[in-house]
Amino acid sequence: MSSSTEWPLWEVFVRSRRGLSHTHAGSLHAPDAEMALRNARDLYTRRNEGVSIWVVPSAEITASSPDEKDSFFEPAADKPYRHPTFYDIPEGVKHL
Amino acid sequence: MATAHQPPSTAPHHTAAGAADTAALESAFDAAVAADERIEPRDWMPDAYRATLVRQMAQHAHSEIIGMQPEANWITRAPSLRRKAILMAKVQDEAGHGLYLYSAAETLGASRDDLLDKLHSGRQKYSSIFNYPTLTWADVGAIGWLVDGAAITNQVPLCRCSYGPYARAMVRVCKEESFHQRQGYELLLALSRGTPAQHAMAQDAVDRWWWPSLMMFGPPDAESSHSEQSMTWKIKRHSNDELRQRFVDICVPQAESLGLTLPDPDLRWNDERGHHDFGAIDWSEFWAVLKGNGPCNEQRITQRRRAHEEGAWVREAATAYAAKSAARTAKATKSAKSAKNSEREEATA
Amino acid sequence: MTPAAVPPAPVTPASPETGTASPADGAPALHAAALALGDDALVLSHRLGEWAGHAPVLEEEVALANIALDLLGQARVLLSLVDDEDELAYLREERAFRNLQLVEQPNGDFAQTIARQLYFSVYQNLLYGQLADTESPLAPLAAKAGKEVAYHQDHAEQWTIRLGDGTAESHERMERGLDALWRFTGEMFQPVPGLDLDWQALREQWTARVTEVLEKATLGVPEGPQSGAWAAGAGREGLHTESFGRMLAEMQHLHRSHPGASW
Repeated sequence: MSSSTEWPLWEVFVRSRRGLSHTHAGSLHAPDAEMALRNARDLYTRRNEGVSIWVVPSAEITASSPDEKDSFFEPAADKPYRHPTFYDIPEGVKHL
Repeated sequence: MATAHQPPSTAPHHTAAGAADTAALESAFDAAVAADERIEPRDWMPDAYRATLVRQMAQHAHSEIIGMQPEANWITRAPSLRRKAILMAKVQDEAGHGLYLYSAAETLGASRDDLLDKLHSGRQKYSSIFNYPTLTWADVGAIGWLVDGAAITNQVPLCRCSYGPYARAMVRVCKEESFHQRQGYELLLALSRGTPAQHAMAQDAVDRWWWPSLMMFGPPDAESSHSEQSMTWKIKRHSNDELRQRFVDICVPQAESLGLTLPDPDLRWNDERGHHDFGAIDWSEFWAVLKGNGPCNEQRITQRRRAHEEGAWVREAATAYAAKSAARTAKATKSAKSAKNSEREEATA
Repeated sequence: MTPAAVPPAPVTPASPETGTASPADGAPALHAAALALGDDALVLSHRLGEWAGHAPVLEEEVALANIALDLLGQARVLLSLVDDEDELAYLREERAFRNLQLVEQPNGDFAQTIARQLYFSVYQNLLYGQLADTESPLAPLAAKAGKEVAYHQDHAEQWTIRLGDGTAESHERMERGLDALWRFTGEMFQPVPGLDLDWQALREQWTARVTEVLEKATLGVPEGPQSGAWAAGAGREGLHTESFGRMLAEMQHLHRSHPGASW
């Protein structure tokens, strides 16, 4: 009777303090979203770690595949002109 | 398309990719591990690596939740409200740590229920140390000092384990556990410096927990079946004997400060080695407890199984409610939509 | 002092002359109030602590322990206002405890524990809400604890709804739990000396909230009297139920076995 009663898995994201974005904290099981939020509060913020929580059903997350790693991420590696350090600015020029 | 937790269902080496690709994947994996990079859930990994990790993380999770029992045994009898709060928080942490570790195992496609089934049916193990009973209050202190101390010695290197989710879970566990060992030490110190009866209680606990704690590091390197491969994979970073020695060296001065003795007449500093020598461990006891003949094996599993079985109706109820309320929401949305549609129809008519 | 010999009624502070933390004004009444609320929190925390290692699912181990820890924290603050917290917890005898009979009731199954949580947390939340708005020296504590208690109430309500409107079995168990504890609820509305609150309003709001939650949970409000024939308000006067003595025996035995020891 194992998986028939197993609650779905949820991913938990916690904002540790105002001004920061939510960061993945871990996962847990819960029967529904309301309980997932509460379980997340009890589990992942019991040492004052958060001011806001998101929970997302793990099954609802679409992830990029490691197989697509090259086509997804490598093309960005050879475009150094997207970074400020690419540009030479004469010494002494300020506020740039 | 795949979800974050779903392992690559058809590993490339089972499909058209062929043997050459597998070799390439394997060497990429080996290189990543050698370079101290982390392996993440959906990366290609050797089947044996996956199996080893699931087994180890599950065993670790099982140890956390079985480990709640010997200490929970004293929550209702804690001799001061301060100690009671500390102990409750500690046992709660252990539930939390079990949960983190089951989650880590779930990233490789295992289900928690399935792992619990394996625990309940004896197909997966937990740390043998929890098959010893907590007979007096001082045992709570000895567990904190020695058992958690040994666990931390084992766990700190796991924070750098090659498998990302395991390493991250361990970072959280180690951070939270830092108070566990200290509270145990402080508890023993209060007893050691207390009345003669309290002091005797503390000494008795240390006498009983010392040797089992040394066994927590596992069999000697020469007899350890999984060690070598796990070291290459950087799931394990130090050998059993190395960690055991480190633990002994740490404990000796701590015992002195406690005013308690360690029950080993052969324990002495070896200048040449720069370590403490210690007496021979009775491995027959270790194997006997591991095989189910410890003082509490039966009791621990029975309680765990009972909690799970008696909780089944609660879990079912919540699942049933979730289904009902999802259906209600769907129905409400549907009727709202059809109301809108008929409004629109009326408007265009 | 001999706290074990504190007379059961009327409530007197365990040790006014050593009352280091006691505020100057109206100390006896304040002590009586702190003792009543402190004992509620202490005893319920102990009962919830008995769940450790037995909860229906791991997530609930963590949740129940959180509630128990909140309550224990409240108890320690309240008891310390009266005297040494450990002397009060470990050296008083049964007849000197001032907690409600409701909170000392054994856990039963998860449904009965949730029923106890529902009845008590709705009460405690309303009581602390009122208390926080008074001039009482307990007001700041009530304001702080109120936030914890609001969460306990939410936890109890979420579970009441899920068990009531879950399966046939959970519905029946929840009903049984609610019925079994109903006769301990009347006691909650007996005025506590030292707490200047509107007890009638408390009762009305409690009844309204509990009714609302039970309706949502497809459960009926239990019928029958809210107190036993001779025992209205009994817990507050030091009259308890049989299981309480056993609970105290377990809680106190180690502390009492080593007189004068520190831990």
